[in-house]
Amino acid sequence: MEKRARFKSAWLPYALVAPQILVTLLFFFWPAAQALYQSVLLQDAFGAASQFVWFDNFRDLFNDSNYLESFKTTAVFSLLVAFFGLTLSLILAVFADRVVKGAAIYKTFLIWPYAVSPVVVGVLWLFLMNPTLGIIAHVLRDIGIEWNNLLNGRHAMILIVMAAIWKQISYNFLFFLAGLQSIPKSLIEAAAIDGAGPVRRFFSIVFPLLSPTTFFLLVINIVYSFFDTFAIIEATTHGGPGKETEILVYKVFTDGFKGGDLGSAAAQSVVLMVIVIALTVVQFKYVERKVQYS
Amino acid sequence: MQFQLKRLKSLKPLCAASLLVMMAASAQAATEISWWHSMQGALGDRVNALADQFNKSQSEYKVNAVFKGSYDEAMAAAIAAYRAGNAPHILQVFEVGTATMMYSKGAIVPVTEVMKTAGEKFDPSVYVPAVAGYYTSPKGDMVSFPFNSSTTVFYYNKDMFAKAGLNPDKPPVTWQEVLSAAAKLKANGEKCAYTTGWQSWVHLESFSAWHNVEFASKNNGFDGLDARLKFNSPLHVKHIENMANWAKQGYFTYAGRKNEPEAKFYSGECAMLTSSSSAYANITKNAKFKFAVSSLPYYTEVQGAPQNTIIGGASLWAMSGKKTDEYKAVAKFFKFLSQPEVQAKWHQETGYLPITNAAYELTKKSGFYEKSPGPQVAVQQMIVKTTAKSRGIRLGSFAQIRTIVDEELETVWNGKKTAKEALDAAVKRGDELLVRFEKANK
Repeated sequence: MEKRARFKSAWLPYALVAPQILVTLLFFFWPAAQALYQSVLLQDAFGAASQFVWFDNFRDLFNDSNYLESFKTTAVFSLLVAFFGLTLSLILAVFADRVVKGAAIYKTFLIWPYAVSPVVVGVLWLFLMNPTLGIIAHVLRDIGIEWNNLLNGRHAMILIVMAAIWKQISYNFLFFLAGLQSIPKSLIEAAAIDGAGPVRRFFSIVFPLLSPTTFFLLVINIVYSFFDTFAIIEATTHGGPGKETEILVYKVFTDGFKGGDLGSAAAQSVVLMVIVIALTVVQFKYVERKVQYS
Repeated sequence: MQFQLKRLKSLKPLCAASLLVMMAASAQAATEISWWHSMQGALGDRVNALADQFNKSQSEYKVNAVFKGSYDEAMAAAIAAYRAGNAPHILQVFEVGTATMMYSKGAIVPVTEVMKTAGEKFDPSVYVPAVAGYYTSPKGDMVSFPFNSSTTVFYYNKDMFAKAGLNPDKPPVTWQEVLSAAAKLKANGEKCAYTTGWQSWVHLESFSAWHNVEFASKNNGFDGLDARLKFNSPLHVKHIENMANWAKQGYFTYAGRKNEPEAKFYSGECAMLTSSSSAYANITKNAKFKFAVSSLPYYTEVQGAPQNTIIGGASLWAMSGKKTDEYKAVAKFFKFLSQPEVQAKWHQETGYLPITNAAYELTKKSGFYEKSPGPQVAVQQMIVKTTAKSRGIRLGSFAQIRTIVDEELETVWNGKKTAKEALDAAVKRGDELLVRFEKANK
């Protein structure tokens, strides 16, 4: 017996999805097509003179060793942000889940950073870590670490990774907490009765059951670190020292917005687009296999 | 009858109100023009005061001053607005954006042309040469209207000098003297002897003009788009090498790419600073010690040094595609701004350079420099006859080139590259941008 509902009319289903398709075309496909088109043009800043240059913009990019270096920086940055961001927020969520008294206050405080704009996050951390004025830098100096994110590339990277994680931790925390609370208590109790300790219970039951959430957050965090972090970098390191904290999207921002070189910026966006599509495909194809949707 | 009278009475305020509305309408019939600028805080107040003063001085034209963020943000906003067909009438653009504006086909109208069409007198020769030269086209026309100009100067903490046994009334004049002063300060326990803001502007751009050597070929880009960078000459390399050594010895502390180091000076942490002359007001406001301004240090063994330093700051551009009477308004406003009294006041209140000789003379006569001698140092560095190498710098993608210089210099200060390697790399990377700019603006 056919159970699926079917439209009798030929045009009604199309009419019903039309608004959705229109929005997608207008706000997603059209800008993407624009980026593709711009990436094969060479323009002056005001767009008065425009030449079609085939793939020159891409060729220039890949002949630039600094651009290739930027891939490495981006990979390091996004892996650090995703790994430590997820780990920390999972730990926080697990503890928040066990808190009995004042749980609401604790949770509310953890959600606050998400409401702070990336630029403010950057400035905040910049002050904390400022080599002369910062509290954290001061403490570090006391224990013998001469903190200087202006000239030490590793310090600069730590600074932007911390700021980026801090900003995203609330988001991850919320999802993990929701995930934890949807795990049936009976499962955990059964394991406890069988003699499994908290750590064992976490790794054998809770973590596998959280895998859809973790997977979702992994994708979100990678995309976040790829695209949403340029404001943090603009407010803190400006990609320096040298180019040691220049991630791909920051270069798009500086070349296109500040340098007025739309052609190159568009070409870089196309490269970024390809990377993110590839990453997402890989994540869904390989990582998702290990995910258990109940 | 009584009733009617009452009605009439109640109508009275209405009449008055409608009269007011009519008056306001006629006031609004004034031609309005928009002015996008990047002047924040106290400077922003001064800009609004200028617009106000102009608006009150006549009733035909009205200037609306709008703050549009930092220089690069305002320029990006104007570019986007231009592409969408609603650019402002007047745009304030920083000096490194000059070439981008000048070579943009049809986006701007040269100031000389605006003034000529409006029938206003405009004499570029009244401007300080180093200022006028920066904004003059190869044909000799002034393309933008000089507004706020600054230059690179040297600041030092007199109290720290005295404490270290240095003569607080005798600032170091040469880089050699800076070095020996730094050594004494360091020996006296000062953590930060010397720091610098705007490293590219101070140590390469102004450095080149000050020593009368070229920063880029084709007279620093004035003679064509095919100019290429030249700041990896032995003299430049030697200077950056010296700085690298001072960084290693702890005499020079790197504190950031833009004006962040100024805070290190006025907080009393660093004893010496090279930065923009426009930092003067801020330092005066914040410093709790005696300080003085002196001219930028130089190397005595270089012939022709010191020449003049290079300006920074911004100029005003008239954007294209506006109505005739709007250009008239622009011309009137520029004429208003060129009055010596207006300029002298702007100079005294902001610390920017007096950009005309008349404004300088007026300020001198008023006795302003006796009270605050600091700003005069910058003026004296500028009011000399410029040479082809010291007139200014006009390069495409200059903002990005500065970023490249910042990046490469940082690798020198942290010891990853030698001065020669870094400057060669900066020249190579900058030249690639120049080639690209040349292609895009053919």
